[in-house]
Amino acid sequence: MDNPYIIPAILLVTLVTVAIGFYGLKLARTTSDFLVASRSVSPTWNAAAIGGEYLSAASFLGVAGLILKYGVDVLWYPVGFAAGYLALLLFVAAPLRRSGAFTLPDFCQLRLGSRRLRKLATAFVVFIGWLYLVPQLQGAGLTMTTVTGQPYALGALLVGAVVTCNVALGGMRAITFVQAFQYWLKLTALLVPAVFLLLQWQADGRPAVAAPDGPVFHTSTTVVIEDHATLTMADGSTMTVRAGEKLDFAAGEPVPQVSTVDDTRGPDWLLPGDSDQGLFATYSLILATFLGTMGLPHVLVRFYTNPDGNAARRTTLVVLGLVGLFYLLPTLYGVLGRVYTPQLLMTGRTDAVVVLLPGAALGGGLTGQLLAALVAAGAFAAFLSSSSGLLTSVAGVISTDVTGHGSVRDFRLATVIAGVVPIVLSLTISTLDVSQVVGLAFAVAASSFCPLLVLGIWWRGLTARGAAAGVLAGGGAAAGAVLLTVLGPPLSGWPAALVGQPAAWTVPLAFAVMVIVSLASRGRVPADVSEVMLRLHAPESALAGSPRR
Amino acid sequence: MTEGRRTRVVLADVHPRTHDHDRTRTELAEQTQVGEALVQGLVRAQLALALRLALVVAIGLGGLPLLFAVAPEVSNARLAGVDLPWLLLGVAAFPFLFVVGWAYVRLAERNEQDFVAVVRRPER
Repeated sequence: MDNPYIIPAILLVTLVTVAIGFYGLKLARTTSDFLVASRSVSPTWNAAAIGGEYLSAASFLGVAGLILKYGVDVLWYPVGFAAGYLALLLFVAAPLRRSGAFTLPDFCQLRLGSRRLRKLATAFVVFIGWLYLVPQLQGAGLTMTTVTGQPYALGALLVGAVVTCNVALGGMRAITFVQAFQYWLKLTALLVPAVFLLLQWQADGRPAVAAPDGPVFHTSTTVVIEDHATLTMADGSTMTVRAGEKLDFAAGEPVPQVSTVDDTRGPDWLLPGDSDQGLFATYSLILATFLGTMGLPHVLVRFYTNPDGNAARRTTLVVLGLVGLFYLLPTLYGVLGRVYTPQLLMTGRTDAVVVLLPGAALGGGLTGQLLAALVAAGAFAAFLSSSSGLLTSVAGVISTDVTGHGSVRDFRLATVIAGVVPIVLSLTISTLDVSQVVGLAFAVAASSFCPLLVLGIWWRGLTARGAAAGVLAGGGAAAGAVLLTVLGPPLSGWPAALVGQPAAWTVPLAFAVMVIVSLASRGRVPADVSEVMLRLHAPESALAGSPRR
Repeated sequence: MTEGRRTRVVLADVHPRTHDHDRTRTELAEQTQVGEALVQGLVRAQLALALRLALVVAIGLGGLPLLFAVAPEVSNARLAGVDLPWLLLGVAAFPFLFVVGWAYVRLAERNEQDFVAVVRRPER
């Protein structure tokens, strides 16, 4: 695509991110400034920063891509991504802030006083962080290839390198401003083009998004086939195509089904599935996303920047509002993509729908080009902000618990280690759907840290031994399922459902093991449990002394 | 409140903290049975509240896939030209979640105010 505005837009976002990072570096003087912004971040900034950090490539690109492919059933992804903040608000936000823990390993140490549990939690933070970072870099590579024609590796390397340097130099203080700025940029980058897209759809006479005979080409289109595949035409006839073959379709022609691309057609796209396996997968996804958010390392770190428990609650509520507002938009892109970019159903690169749609629907005129550049800039903001937050948390736990003692120098070294691994992974492993990989990270978080936090905060009977057993059983099972999905052979039927969406059995497993082993080791309940419970739950005003003081 | 005051960062602190507690906080913690009963009451009230609201969401949102599966006429229904499942999941779910969250923040803060009122009364 020859759009002269896209590369400047991407460069501008990257430069602004780096510039704010250096501005923050000048302000950061002490280790605590460097790592936690000295808690001087206002709730509005903080909420926007959490939202900016959370809305990743999975939200910006992946959700719309999945909707384009699979339809109504995957609407549970955005609903779950938002509902995760409600679960966080109900069960975790205020007590976690009051505990004074900065990371999940800190929480383990504070609540259960076990160094070994702390190490285990560190391992899971690193695993989840990397699992979540890889699709961000993949998204960057895909966007780069799609909109500029540059090689995939360039986008992944660019984002990886910028983020690693920025985090290593600027620390958390800078990140807060960057993230808050990027929430608003991402919202604008989807909202403004969405208005134009809707107007265009009206002007085109509201073409049906779910035509009874399946999707049709809106304009005459040339599709380049990437893999050897069999096409099934609308009339049932089949033809074999080779990689690199070019096919021309006229406007109004139906989109053939490609054997290498898994997508949903006809009423299955429009209406919720009712098969047993589909229902299991849906409930598994609901559990993973509703309960996984609270266990994501980069989300929890942010809570420390709230001044007190009540502020943590209010911040979470604002985040829920901001994130909910954002998630109204990707659905629109996925649905309109069915009309204007149906060729993605043939190439399988549905994650590109958000960046391609403005150009495809509005044409190659100035408006279409500018809006396409805006969306590309928003996508890069999404990669930069999410990866920065993830990298900060992974580097934070590595520098405190693995390589050193949490000094600024340790943190910088840890950042480089934490950044290089996902960059290498994103260049080597095969491309899965961005949102699905992120969904697996949620499943691991929901099966390890969610039970640890919820039981740790609300149940006095939790022991370090029980917590470790539960994290190993549930989190280990979920992590195994992830590795099997990413590296293993393709599965079908029930094994595919149980491994592809593991949360429905790994989350209950983690809770059950944690409770049973804790009860069995009842004598090992920490002696200071009452004191810790008081600290977690009593409002600061009750502890700050009498009003006369 | 600790505005403007520098606070230690726990990240770098891998040793359990036992000495830097606020004096009043320790007093409340050491009020043995009375203090402990008060805290347990607060924890129970907050947990009951969180579970009740979680149940509202579990039924309101979590019931939808089952409803769509057992009553296809619901999934086939249309409102203002849009299929009902798209409207419920794509739009209505988000304000619903926000309203539940808003109710929780109000009610949880009320529970805490009650706790503070009880804790402070004997001091006057």
